[in-house]
Amino acid sequence: MSLSKADVEKVASLARLKLTDEELSTMTRQLDQVIQYVQQLEELDTSGVQPMAHTADLANVFADDLLRASLPRDAALANAPKRDDECYLVPPVLGD
Amino acid sequence: MTNTAYETIIGLEVHVQLQTNTKLFCRCSTSFGAEPNTQTCPVCIGMPGSLPVMNRQAYALGLKTAVALNCQIPEFTKWDRKQYFYPDLPKGYQISQFDLPMSEHGWLEISDPKGAFETKKIGITRAHLEDDAGKSMHDEAAGRSDSRIDLNRTGTPLLEIVSDPDLRSADEARAYLSELKLLLTYLGVSDCNMQEGSLRVDANINLHIAQGERTAATPIVEVKNMNSFRAVERALRFEANRQFESWQANPVELGSPGGHKTTRGWDDQMQITRIQREKEESSDYRYFPDPDLLPVTATEADVASVRGALGELPAALRVTLAKKYGIDAYDADVLVNQGRPLVAYFEELAAACDDGRRASNWVQQDVLRLLNEMDATIDQFPVTAAALGELLKFIAAGDIDNTRAKDVLQEMIDAQSSAAEAMAKLGIEKVDASDLESLCRELLAANPAVVADLKEGKMKAVGALIGQAKKQNPNVNPAQIKSICIELVKQL
Ligand SMILES: [Zn+2]
Repeated sequence: MSLSKADVEKVASLARLKLTDEELSTMTRQLDQVIQYVQQLEELDTSGVQPMAHTADLANVFADDLLRASLPRDAALANAPKRDDECYLVPPVLGD
Repeated sequence: MTNTAYETIIGLEVHVQLQTNTKLFCRCSTSFGAEPNTQTCPVCIGMPGSLPVMNRQAYALGLKTAVALNCQIPEFTKWDRKQYFYPDLPKGYQISQFDLPMSEHGWLEISDPKGAFETKKIGITRAHLEDDAGKSMHDEAAGRSDSRIDLNRTGTPLLEIVSDPDLRSADEARAYLSELKLLLTYLGVSDCNMQEGSLRVDANINLHIAQGERTAATPIVEVKNMNSFRAVERALRFEANRQFESWQANPVELGSPGGHKTTRGWDDQMQITRIQREKEESSDYRYFPDPDLLPVTATEADVASVRGALGELPAALRVTLAKKYGIDAYDADVLVNQGRPLVAYFEELAAACDDGRRASNWVQQDVLRLLNEMDATIDQFPVTAAALGELLKFIAAGDIDNTRAKDVLQEMIDAQSSAAEAMAKLGIEKVDASDLESLCRELLAANPAVVADLKEGKMKAVGALIGQAKKQNPNVNPAQIKSICIELVKQL
């Protein structure tokens, strides 16, 4: 299968990325190459292979429900492009 | 009105916050109402390089709930990233469960004591564990100014409980929610506080409309923004009507052009639903297994031990109470629906006065009324079950009648005294049997007309004597006056 420009446009819009026509062409070519590379895996017969959820052969790793200190608010907000004393500020969120 | 029959098809998605101290994947506090952005850390605000670790208690509470909902618990479960962009989702994805949820295929039985619908089992499609998003606050009045984001809630453990589309009316939806909430409360897994967002409900609804031989389905609508069970009920009624009217004006079927699923928000002020953003297709979330989290396994023995520790749940408890105390199914339902602490009070009271029916009546008529007046819960009720039991024993012994006993209960509350003390304070004394009999003889002698009526079998006439007896001695027991007078008239 090969990737279309429309596919890339859709993925870009889901990722909230705005691409110029030139970027779109470049991305479509590059992403297509990546997919074709990965597609080589399809040549393998995996019918007898169990799906794997994780590369580490571990399960049931839990932490106890014990409170630890959170970040001071100023530290948490430090990287925000826009903030007030208490909150991150973002362009108005519409709808719900 | 029209003769076209339609059936309403409803499925509910309930998100319930699990009662843990800390978040699902980090150890920040989950407590409600803290100063904005004071309960966050690199994990829950999605800083690069931070790693989530599953909260043991959150998983345990989720499993307990799933088992109580009669779900099958797969041996293996994992978590996936559900990717979308929203300012209150700092990681850029929610950690949820896609193809291998921790539980599926359960059921919850609902019934209506008033018989509005038949008792039925509502299928539970799945219950899975995921993390919550933060909160966006937008000041409508300020117009185009920025939204403020508080990430304290981000990462709080949620159990998403999805029902099958088995509900057929707003009444059934309401009953399902009430029963689910009651179950969650009995399990102690959530405080279910809708005002604080601990329990949130979304509904999927459409109609099946008979079209001669075949049935046409209207496009599915997901209804959001319902902030109370009453709002759910009203929104579903509204939406069923709206879909039917829309169908009549322009019949568009599910899956046909223009018949895709839409999302509508309930406007409680206007009592209508309004169209919201188009729902992204499930595949647009681009789920994939979260490589930062390890899977969880559950053995049959694990599940059996969880099941063994559930305690008696509402459905079973209703049956037990009715049988053990000889009370009606309706009464058992009222008691159980008040929650486990009230049931415990009732059981203690029934044991103390050795009369389940009397205890049930007093709890329902008086204790609940007083609690309502005091705006209190049973834990705050000033009269212990043992103390009230004492009073009920005086009633059973005929020392005091029901009406007077209500005054005594009020006095017990006001003076924080025992039943005996309160009765003494109100001047209530047991009237000696021989005094009662001589009082009745006097009354009969003074009221020949009443005696004549009684002889003719007009038993209601005795009421006049009871009134006079109470005037002479407020401590007399009306039931005793009645039976003695009737007995004496028979001997005349
Ligand atoms: Zn955190």
